[in-house]
Amino acid sequence: MAVISYREALRAAMREELKRDENVVIMGEEVAQFNGAYKVTEGLLKEFGPKRIVDTPISEAGFIGLGIGASMLGIRPVMELMFWSFSYVAFDQVVNNAGNIRYMSGGLINCPIVIRGPANGGTNVGATHSHTPEAILASHPGIKVVCPATPYDAKGLMKAAIRDNDPVYVMENTILYNDKAEVPDEDYIVPIGVADIKREGTDLTIVAHGRAVITSLKAAEILEKEHGVSVEVVDLRSIRPLDEETILASVRKTHRALLVEENKPFCGVDAQIAYLIQSRAFDELDAPIGRVSSIDAPQIYSKKLEDLQLPYPARVVEAALKVLA
Amino acid sequence: MAKNAVITHPESLKRPAGPSEYAKDPVNASLSKADKIALYTKMARVRHFEQRCIRTYQQGKIGGFLHLYVGQEAVAAGTISLLGKFDHIITGYRDHAHGLLVGMSMKECMAELTGKVTGCSKGKGGSMHYFAPDKNYWGGHGIVGGQAPLGTGLAYAVKYRGQKGSCLTYMGDGAINQGAVHEAYNLAALWDLPIIFVIENNGYSMGTSQERSTAHPGCLAKRAEGYNMAWDVVNGHDVYEVRAKTAIALKRAHEESKPTILEIFTYRYFGHSMSDPDKTYRDKEEVKGYRETKDPVFLFEKALLDEGVLTKELVESINAAAMEEADAAAVFADESPEPTLADITKHIYWEEDNRGPKTTSSGTIIFE
Repeated sequence: MAVISYREALRAAMREELKRDENVVIMGEEVAQFNGAYKVTEGLLKEFGPKRIVDTPISEAGFIGLGIGASMLGIRPVMELMFWSFSYVAFDQVVNNAGNIRYMSGGLINCPIVIRGPANGGTNVGATHSHTPEAILASHPGIKVVCPATPYDAKGLMKAAIRDNDPVYVMENTILYNDKAEVPDEDYIVPIGVADIKREGTDLTIVAHGRAVITSLKAAEILEKEHGVSVEVVDLRSIRPLDEETILASVRKTHRALLVEENKPFCGVDAQIAYLIQSRAFDELDAPIGRVSSIDAPQIYSKKLEDLQLPYPARVVEAALKVLA
Repeated sequence: MAKNAVITHPESLKRPAGPSEYAKDPVNASLSKADKIALYTKMARVRHFEQRCIRTYQQGKIGGFLHLYVGQEAVAAGTISLLGKFDHIITGYRDHAHGLLVGMSMKECMAELTGKVTGCSKGKGGSMHYFAPDKNYWGGHGIVGGQAPLGTGLAYAVKYRGQKGSCLTYMGDGAINQGAVHEAYNLAALWDLPIIFVIENNGYSMGTSQERSTAHPGCLAKRAEGYNMAWDVVNGHDVYEVRAKTAIALKRAHEESKPTILEIFTYRYFGHSMSDPDKTYRDKEEVKGYRETKDPVFLFEKALLDEGVLTKELVESINAAAMEEADAAAVFADESPEPTLADITKHIYWEEDNRGPKTTSSGTIIFE
């Protein structure tokens, strides 16, 4: 088992699937000659050639739509968005066409497309490039959304997404691209819709996804060391489908829940999870559900303030102590 | 400077309608008597189906929007009549004719309009969302111009597989100002995709005339020059001309893998949709003029009578049969069952509809 980065794990997933299935095509802005704006696809052009690794113009509505059309005929495009924020200029394609085609055709047409790229704030690039649209997209039946937090999950979820026959949107995080961990060399997938207990505990359940998982794990360390609290961290990994049973099982064990995400609070993923917990585990709760989101403003440019806008360990610790009070 | 140059019509449209100069074009000369009768029959079927739809709509059995193709029949009939095994089509919301012409049944088409489970999309798509992928028909798309990038994707897949095929991507004149259409043009030309963008120019984007919606250098197809793409203008009232010019574009797609924009001038007799009273943006005389002098079905009928291919009796029996078929479709739609409540949550995800031992995913995917 090799220690590789989150970025390398994503690349390994794509490389393995390119080898496994000749219908897999990587497409996006700067994915080939430039080796990827964030180097996720580095070296793939050299290895697989321009038929499989395709540079597109800056034309998201056009090339995402092209990928959707090609997927209807059985191509399995893996489309890179340089930022998920750019999906907003392709929204009709991403939602109306990819998300609805199977339903509107009464099941006659499938759309086995993967759209992937970073969806995060925290990089000091201002509001237009810092969107986290997992809640927006997961609110559309027909679409699947996954958010890997670790190299192992990044590889396994990406491979599962490429093999899936429905549109799967993989939301990565540029801040995690250099994180390293052990990742198996052999073929494996992480099934879509299965959450993972990243840390076991007994006093409090923290539910998170994406980079908020890493933040929550740091907070859990502090809570244990400085406050003697045993925290369980549930990593959703997949937003839709959602592993409701793992969340509920953890809450039934700890009786307290704190929800952490990098989205803005209004209609965030955690709004759905809070509803789930109160509707199916109300009697298990010893305290109101706590929540940490980004501060509710467009993403600020100022580096100093952006670090405070996003959830960070001290804020998670503070919120956890309130739930535990 | 005026925003719009005088519209560049195809030469044949500048003259009063007469015998088609394209009748002897090789692609038409090669048609047998039976082929010509079949083509006429298809056009008549489209017309009678659409006219039967009006009745069903007025009976209150069709909800939502209903966009009719009456007056435009030669466009879809002529283009689709040339297609082979690896040629695909995709269009916007005025999509009934294309469905019938690729071989969908009137029954499944009518039942879709009335939202029945026997409809082509099981009552989940409606008028704007017909699909028949087994017949290379990929819809039926409701958002103006949104299908154009999908068409490039279909053409891309054909090329990726090394097939001698194409994708005919239809849109109205109103789609021409959508960004997605221009992005599709650029990709098609940049990547040499085997695609024909067919602009079905009926003169009005909903209630806004071309003059009021679109800055153009003479015609819409000429925008192709900005992308170094081939283009042509076509008289859409003459099915022979539609076939002749489409054949050239199709050859370009099949043999050179190059795109084309064809602007086919046509006219719709009814409003944008059935909810358009059609009283504010064009006068009745204009509609009457087209009906009386440029009707594509009537002009083709006359040509075939003159050629001795059709007889008056044959014309009558073809039309009577088409009307009867449309009536039978309406009865079928009436008698068909509604989808059940349980059907609402089917056909959302392939994986949920096909769960089995190999299924890997789990979790809640349909929420309460």
